Amino acid sequence: MNKAVNVRDIIKKNIKSKKNKTEKIMPNIFLLSASISILTTIGILVTLIIDSYKFFAEVPVKEIFSINLAPLSKNPSFGILPLINGTIITSLIAMCVAVPVGLTAAMYLSEFASEKSRKTLKPIMEVLAGIPTIVYGFFAYSFVTPLLMRLIPSLEAKNALSPGIVMGIMIIPLVASLSEDAMSSVPNSMREGALALGSTKLEVTLKVVVPAAISGIIASFVLAISRAIGETMIVTIASGSSKTLTFDITQSMQTMTAYIVEFTSGDAGIGTGYYSLYAVGLILFLFTLLMNLIAQYISHKYREEY
Amino acid sequence: MAYQSKLKSDEINNELNDVEHGKTFLNKEITNERMEKRILLDKVARKVFSLSTVFALIVLGILFYRIGTQSIGWLDLKFLTSNLSIFPEKAGIYGAIIGSVWLMAVVIPVTLLLGVSTAIYLEEYANQGKFQSFIKTNISNLAGVPSVIFGLLGLTVFRRLFDLGSSILAGGLTLSLLVLPIIVVASQEAIRAVPGFLRDGAYAMGATKWTTIRTVVLPASLPGILTGCILAISRAIGETAPLVVLGIPTLILRIPDSIMSDFTALPIQIYYWTLDTVLTPQYANLAAATIVVLLVVLLLMNSVAIFIRIKFQRRY
Repeated sequence: MNKAVNVRDIIKKNIKSKKNKTEKIMPNIFLLSASISILTTIGILVTLIIDSYKFFAEVPVKEIFSINLAPLSKNPSFGILPLINGTIITSLIAMCVAVPVGLTAAMYLSEFASEKSRKTLKPIMEVLAGIPTIVYGFFAYSFVTPLLMRLIPSLEAKNALSPGIVMGIMIIPLVASLSEDAMSSVPNSMREGALALGSTKLEVTLKVVVPAAISGIIASFVLAISRAIGETMIVTIASGSSKTLTFDITQSMQTMTAYIVEFTSGDAGIGTGYYSLYAVGLILFLFTLLMNLIAQYISHKYREEY
Repeated sequence: MAYQSKLKSDEINNELNDVEHGKTFLNKEITNERMEKRILLDKVARKVFSLSTVFALIVLGILFYRIGTQSIGWLDLKFLTSNLSIFPEKAGIYGAIIGSVWLMAVVIPVTLLLGVSTAIYLEEYANQGKFQSFIKTNISNLAGVPSVIFGLLGLTVFRRLFDLGSSILAGGLTLSLLVLPIIVVASQEAIRAVPGFLRDGAYAMGATKWTTIRTVVLPASLPGILTGCILAISRAIGETAPLVVLGIPTLILRIPDSIMSDFTALPIQIYYWTLDTVLTPQYANLAAATIVVLLVVLLLMNSVAIFIRIKFQRRY
């Protein structure tokens, strides 16, 4: 007779074997790399907060909310309002382009377009989204600005209008694809109900589909604002570095992101000027974080399940 | 409605058919003014909406055309193989190409390793608890952080704290953190798409969890992971702001030869040339030629991604 194989022995052997050790080690390795993403967030927060703290220790809070920004002068002042103003104005121009074009494009792709044209148009949108922002920056500076100068002679070589428009073009795919996703998830039965009552396609779109998908659409707008606020290269190249507070979009304005780039690429060294980067960075981070959280909140809270 | 009673029954049927196919809505004889207005509005809206979709296409066309014409006469083999120079006629982007290649040599292994193992943890090991949802929210928020902020992180941590200078390693690690969310999300989706019966089969044969992941789950989700990796790389290769914030010097004449050497990359070169067009107008042509190179690289990578998706992606 063959020697009987004891299953328990095999199990015991297996438990002691090397294979089992890797089995126990692997999850920990994976957990370690998963925590890298958390470490990154912590790293961002800590670096921003520590160095902003050094900045706020030297500069009184009152000064930050002034309109004078002159970090390199003999009596440096760090009013952040011109930067916030520049950021908001360029983002608003971008939204004026991105919202109407993006939303109507989404309506067309989701409601009007045939399957065939949707299949060709969507990848083109994706190509537009995949172009590096530096390319858009070059495009804004070397093409859009000269073009606008012919229409508006008083336009300066660096201005807020041209990067705003180009930034809007850059964001169109984001608005279009997110809104289109929201509209496509509206069930067909609702469209059919409206069509059966004699609505035209436009009425179905405006009165049924858009209201039903409104949470996703608004979330896409908020994400687009967040993108516009955080966009760097286009505004750095085409909007210049004027630090005066102005509402004239034909003039140069500096955004928060452009300020950070100007100050790190020029040698600011270590000093209040250097730490001001982190203060601006912190405000920028909080702005975009707030926008992203609002977008998540809207799309979770007001999402209607069909 | 009064006018409908005038219709014969077969006419109604025809109308309904037309409505279904979206041709016309009601017979002209019976449409009243209001109806005509609504239909007209519908037609106008259709045209306008399609125009705004085509707008994207037009802008893309103008962009390619402009940059293409500006680069004509500047983009040749000499431009690709010679090094930087202050004289526009002599300048080339050999150093920038090598720099970008080195950068990717850092970004690809780091993101692939970290991204895929994060995805494996989230999909296979983490219990669906608070910690997992915390990591998930964290990753989706990281994806929304502006790239300049990552530049500041790199500047503080890699450049000042670890003293890596403005080396390839510092730049590569900064970019890796930036694109990590992209590859994590893509890998997660790919792993989730592997059907349960494949896993069950492996378990039934006595495979342990790690063996199952290594031999069944990962091979099955490889096309999706690779597609995500290519998307992440194409984002990293065009990213400028974090590198500029890291303080990459303007004119690097040495070709980088190790992971610790200073470098320049394609997008940085475009940036500096664009900034200097005020002084030397020909720099605009150099920038355009570099953009063409960058866009061709991106196009190639995206075609590879699409090819992988079509050729190897299986649906279960």
